[in-house]
Amino acid sequence: MVIFLQNLVNALQWGSFYALIALGYSMVYSILMLFNFAHGDIFMVGSYIGFGVSMGLIALASSGVVALPNWLILVLTILFSMFLTSFVGMIVERVGYRPLRDAPRASAAITGLMIGIILETGNLALLGARRVSFPSLIETTTYNVSGVFVTNKKIMIVLVSLLLALALHQFVRRTKWGMAMRAMAFDFAVVPLMGVPLNTMAALTFALGSALAAAAGILFGVAYPVLDPYMGIVFGWKAFVAAILGGRGSVMGATLAGFLLGFTEIFVAMIFPSTLRDLIAYSIILLILAIRPHGFFGEPYSARLRL
Amino acid sequence: MGGERGNGANSERGRSRFRNLWKPYSRVPLLGWFFGALVAVTLERLAGTPLAQFLGLQKIPVLFGFSVMLKNPVLIPNVILYTLIIYGVPTAVATRLCIPLANGIAASLFRFPMAVTAAAHLALLYAILHVWAEISDYRVLVLRLTLIAVMLTLSLNVINGYMGEFSCSHPGFMALGAYCASVLTIGLFVNAQLLGTASLPAALGPFLFPVALILGGLVASFGALFVAIPSFRTRGDYLAIISLAFLFIVKSLIENLEFVRGPRGLSGQPDWADLPTVFLWTVLCVWSINNFVRSTIGKALNAVRDNEMAADAMTVDTRRTKMVAFLFGAFWAGVAGGLFAHVMRYVNPGNFGIQNLAEVLAMVYFGGLNSVYGSIVGAVSISLLGEALRPLEIFKWIIIPLLLILVMIFRPTGLIAFRDLDVANLLKPKPKPDGEG
Repeated sequence: MVIFLQNLVNALQWGSFYALIALGYSMVYSILMLFNFAHGDIFMVGSYIGFGVSMGLIALASSGVVALPNWLILVLTILFSMFLTSFVGMIVERVGYRPLRDAPRASAAITGLMIGIILETGNLALLGARRVSFPSLIETTTYNVSGVFVTNKKIMIVLVSLLLALALHQFVRRTKWGMAMRAMAFDFAVVPLMGVPLNTMAALTFALGSALAAAAGILFGVAYPVLDPYMGIVFGWKAFVAAILGGRGSVMGATLAGFLLGFTEIFVAMIFPSTLRDLIAYSIILLILAIRPHGFFGEPYSARLRL
Repeated sequence: MGGERGNGANSERGRSRFRNLWKPYSRVPLLGWFFGALVAVTLERLAGTPLAQFLGLQKIPVLFGFSVMLKNPVLIPNVILYTLIIYGVPTAVATRLCIPLANGIAASLFRFPMAVTAAAHLALLYAILHVWAEISDYRVLVLRLTLIAVMLTLSLNVINGYMGEFSCSHPGFMALGAYCASVLTIGLFVNAQLLGTASLPAALGPFLFPVALILGGLVASFGALFVAIPSFRTRGDYLAIISLAFLFIVKSLIENLEFVRGPRGLSGQPDWADLPTVFLWTVLCVWSINNFVRSTIGKALNAVRDNEMAADAMTVDTRRTKMVAFLFGAFWAGVAGGLFAHVMRYVNPGNFGIQNLAEVLAMVYFGGLNSVYGSIVGAVSISLLGEALRPLEIFKWIIIPLLLILVMIFRPTGLIAFRDLDVANLLKPKPKPDGEG
């Protein structure tokens, strides 16, 4: 039981990265019906931007200009990096997706894939092949709750990601922009005729998704403080599968599926040898998709076939 | 061959002169170009090394001198000169001189059945490639890998281009074929610690090698069933996700099979995939895929892509059509994987990952969807570009993606999309039209 609970805690942390990244995929997919294959690398870029911002803030604090406690540095890092990375997302949309709006959808997927490769290689060319280590901003405190070890970092990561997912959910449900996004997801062709600016909405979608990916990147850096340029590949592609598993355009679905993927991976590794993790996790996903092809919260395709 | 382009003030005159120079070449049949190329590669074989040394190059520039130029920009004029003297001028002159001859031979060849005509052309093409590649082992390797890339790209084009789905599992099929063929050849013909002593004499090997490749292809098709059955229930993007999951599953499965030595990879495949073998298989692949897409089922496939409901209404069995095409594409990916394993003589699961997927997708979409020509062009140009830009190290992976993004923006379906490969039209003689000059 203790082992189970311990793994549950780990799975919650692991799943929150997937959930945050999956949200970005899911939003772009629901509104533009496109796969943003660069998203995993935006996560990586967000993580590196977070590294840069936090280093800058630490330098600022140690120079004595302003007194910044470490927790404030972390909060500011998350906010700044989300802000900056959203511009990366908008640039990706402008360069790779907007010119291809009328092209076959697969072509846009290819540009996304290529932008991802450029981001990885560009990072490698700029910073070299050495891995950078994310500064440790908060002291790790471990709480022992009747045998289950919970660190303050894990609690923070899970809370922040849930908070962000909830914020996005509220944004999509309550605001005018969110309403426009939902309308766009419902009908991509007609809604722009009603005066909803298509390009702005696409940019907003990419910006929001990238901001969440940046948050995921920083949280990842807090938990596992080694960053390398290819870290986005594994996370990105897995989160992509999670996003689809959640169902098209469902914030709740993508979050849940992200956590589910995290749980599956951790618990498979708990029961079986950890090398079998991908094999079993993806077999389970394949099985779920075979039974429920439109994911947890998606609508069946026959209802709204769009060619 | 582009030195005579007009410039500046007398561009009009220059252009007309250029047109006059170019005009005879419009009557060159494919055979004529082959003659010209054969002359050029023979010339390189005979006079390449002295000329290269005379021009201050250490040895014959292996891939048209790209790597020499990138490593040492001072040598750029020498390399260009070399390329012009060896390839440009001889090809142009020889082709120009043998237009009547080539047309005559092409016309007499054309009277034979198409298979004979095509075989004669292919023999000549092989001779060119053979003479060209014999200069160095590196060329042989690059050529074999390029031919394998052509097979892979074509087989993916059947699924992504002709069928219009987005499949991500091609490296998975390739891995299945590679491992299956390797296990067969290593297990039966090689004394390896992996599968015991050879149970069949090695002399039998080259004859049974095709069987191993075909079995590899069939295993890949069988694997494709696991993608096809769940994903063809609904239209939409589920093939992309399910095939992606399949890719991860295959890779993870192989990593966990101690029988094929898991992540350490499988080595010691016999060296049977030499240039003629790979060339023959590539020809077979191009031939069968070209016939497939021009057959009734290929047309049905296009109908399914354009509008599945309408195709269904027109009595196309959409499910069966998609299934056949998907398994067919997977089969050729498996065969290409088997060849790849025997060219490299070492495979490990890391060969068949996302990186590989990105490369194959790049080749398909660069060359052009729904087109056999396009796939050949895409595979050859991306593989050669990848080799030529090797001295740039990682910047290669910025230039190639940038190029592809530009192609996607300006030609979203690829360079040569939606064009049939009509062999008869390609090989026919081009005699002087009546009533001219």
